[in-house]
Amino acid sequence: MRCILTVDDSPSMRQMVSFTLKSAGYEVIEASDGVEALSKAKTRKVDMVITDLNMPNKDGISLIADLRTLPEYKFTPILMLTTESGNDKKQAGKSAGATGWIVKPFNPDQLLKTVSKVLG
Amino acid sequence: MAVDITQFHKIFFEESFEGLQIMESGLLDMEPGTPDNEQINAIFRAAHSIKGGAGSFGFAPVSAFTHHLETLLDEIRSGHRTVQPTDIDVLLQSVDCLGQMLRACEAGHAIDQEQVHRHQQALEALLNGVAADVQDTLPSPPLPAATPDSVTDGWQIVFTPHRDIFASGNDPLRIIRELDELGTLTIEADTGFLPALQDYNPEECFLSWNLTLEGTVNRSEIEEVFAWVEDDCDMAIRPLSEVRHAQDQSLLPTAPPLTVTESIPASPAPDAAPSPITQTTSRSRAETDIKAGTGSPTSIRVDTQKIDQLINLVGELVITQSMLGMLGESFAMDRLEQLQSGLVQLERHTRDLQESVMNIRMLPISFVFNRFPRMVFDLSTKLGKRVELKVSGEQTELDKTVIEQVADPLIHLIRNSLDHGIESPDQRRAAGKSETGQITLNAYHRGGSIVIEVSDDGRGLDSKAILDRAVARGLIESGESLTPQQTHELIFAPGFSTAEQVSDVSGRGVGMDVVRKNIESLGGNIIIHTAEGKGSTFSIHLPLTLAILDGQTIAVGDETYIVPLVSIIESIRLSPEQINRLAGKGETLHLRDEYLPIIRLHEIFDIRSVRSTQLTSGLVVVVEGLGGRCGLFVDNILGQQQVVIKSLEENYRKVPGISGATILGDGSVALILDIPGLMHLSRQQSRESSINHP
Repeated sequence: MRCILTVDDSPSMRQMVSFTLKSAGYEVIEASDGVEALSKAKTRKVDMVITDLNMPNKDGISLIADLRTLPEYKFTPILMLTTESGNDKKQAGKSAGATGWIVKPFNPDQLLKTVSKVLG
Repeated sequence: MAVDITQFHKIFFEESFEGLQIMESGLLDMEPGTPDNEQINAIFRAAHSIKGGAGSFGFAPVSAFTHHLETLLDEIRSGHRTVQPTDIDVLLQSVDCLGQMLRACEAGHAIDQEQVHRHQQALEALLNGVAADVQDTLPSPPLPAATPDSVTDGWQIVFTPHRDIFASGNDPLRIIRELDELGTLTIEADTGFLPALQDYNPEECFLSWNLTLEGTVNRSEIEEVFAWVEDDCDMAIRPLSEVRHAQDQSLLPTAPPLTVTESIPASPAPDAAPSPITQTTSRSRAETDIKAGTGSPTSIRVDTQKIDQLINLVGELVITQSMLGMLGESFAMDRLEQLQSGLVQLERHTRDLQESVMNIRMLPISFVFNRFPRMVFDLSTKLGKRVELKVSGEQTELDKTVIEQVADPLIHLIRNSLDHGIESPDQRRAAGKSETGQITLNAYHRGGSIVIEVSDDGRGLDSKAILDRAVARGLIESGESLTPQQTHELIFAPGFSTAEQVSDVSGRGVGMDVVRKNIESLGGNIIIHTAEGKGSTFSIHLPLTLAILDGQTIAVGDETYIVPLVSIIESIRLSPEQINRLAGKGETLHLRDEYLPIIRLHEIFDIRSVRSTQLTSGLVVVVEGLGGRCGLFVDNILGQQQVVIKSLEENYRKVPGISGATILGDGSVALILDIPGLMHLSRQQSRESSINHP
């Protein structure tokens, strides 16, 4: 079963993402900020990371950068959730090593479509 | 697959209200100028989450409104804007408005559009002051199309990924697969750049593709497929017709890479004066909101650790139970010791389990404290006073029910301190004090109870004014001599108000008598310390939990009573020389340097079966309550145990001197003594008897 790590400081978003992915048959691990996500990603290799950008302790951008330095996450798809349609954040995320993004607000169907596109 | 979004609404609202509180307290702490990074980030994050959640969970108006709020916050965060006092004001009002929108959504009511519109305009007015920045966060303008987006018979795409494309987690194969879904795709791979095997790095991409996509496809659809890799590849998209035309001229020009021109906003315009905002939409509305927010939520969020701990304990309990079960099946007297140790274990686990369950109901008092900075801010502005609120001990935990019910009394006490305690700046200066008054909120644990203190450095209680008023109201006789403590306590008497006129701040038809009644109904008490000209402190003592109590069982005749362990100081057997009888004041006992009144429980509760009325033949339990001590005369002391408190009021009616009842191990009912209540009762009785027998 493919395992996805979802990172968001907002419990409702995390729950929505996690529930949607689980009901589509993915295994899901949750983390509430970058620090927690990084330690969970180290404990267990996941097939994909979906992260929010604005988070306390460690934000999404530095999480992405940190994950990319780990050998086992060199090529793992990392999607960022972003409400900013302005390019700054996307650009920062891309240069940190993000694979792509999902623009908030999104509904469960859009999320699943994107995820299945990436995971094949 | 359909996922029902509404199931996330509850948690979304809970989280959003928390976010609103973070925003509010952050904004209240914010000073004009350039705010602290972490502070503004926290506020921004809260707004950002609400916006994102509202959008995803189907509350588009909330999301749209929050967008404006977020934009303004983002300008402050990015340093494009220095915070003006008006900004804080407008932001706070917007937070209020957002709160009302969310509450309306939660309750399924319609949103007050007119009000939302007004606040939105206020935000926009501020934003337009620095118009150049606003564009930054607006959706980027549509890309200038190099070629028309019109539907053609197909497209030719030259796709040359950069070598490091894999490092972004992207896979050219995925893109090609996606294109294939759009129409009929012919794929040609260009392997020209593949190095010799010994130089080959498998982590890099050396291939490029020439893709022909036939069918009616919009250019934007193709661009969307490539959106994530825009910067990780060179790419050219041309209509097939154009390509064929070029081929006809037997020329295959290298396609220019797709360039995306983005209009970068001009440098920030100088901070134009923010347009004035009507101050009439006063902040004090927040107060009613605060009240509205006190509606008790029926769910609490529990730390998973606490739950794990519970599961652990239940496991232990099951083990003990099965051990005892086995013991019971084949019990012999030689296994008595085993049985006893099993029972000890059972008791320990039960106690641990109970503590853990109680722990779940524990919330930090910050849940109540958090709303006060705003209230103090609003009220002090209204009263023209300068007040600084200091809060400490906000992490002190207490039972959820207690928290909910202590909010109103605290609101009242703080209002009182603001209105009656703290003087106006002029008066303070004249008294040689700093113009800014101070109100301090503090909470801490002491023994089995929690203490919440509301202190101010204001004028203190005016004993003379209190006495005059009490006489005028007929609460006391003129000329009656009272100790200072007794005088101060008069403000808790029903129908008492020290203010010359009832102001709309503290006088709301609720007096201090109601405050005391509320606190006593929680099993607590309230004590005043005051110094004229220096300030007052109201200390509220509350039990940690309302459900269970550590008690000492005592016997009076055939009756068993429970004395809360926290009230007991010591238990002694009296010798005759310790006992004094004072005319009209009953009996006292001399304990070390103190003379304490003796309360004969059998007299108070009229118990005939008492073993002996000789003080020296029974025991005296010395207890403390409400700033005083006394000795309870009882027949015997039985033992200590935890008791579950059952409300007497709910099942019977309120009985003076009794705070509740419990059921003992043998099934009988024992009453729990209310020590402060008993002391009050005994004073009354001795006063009556001294009137009857002068």
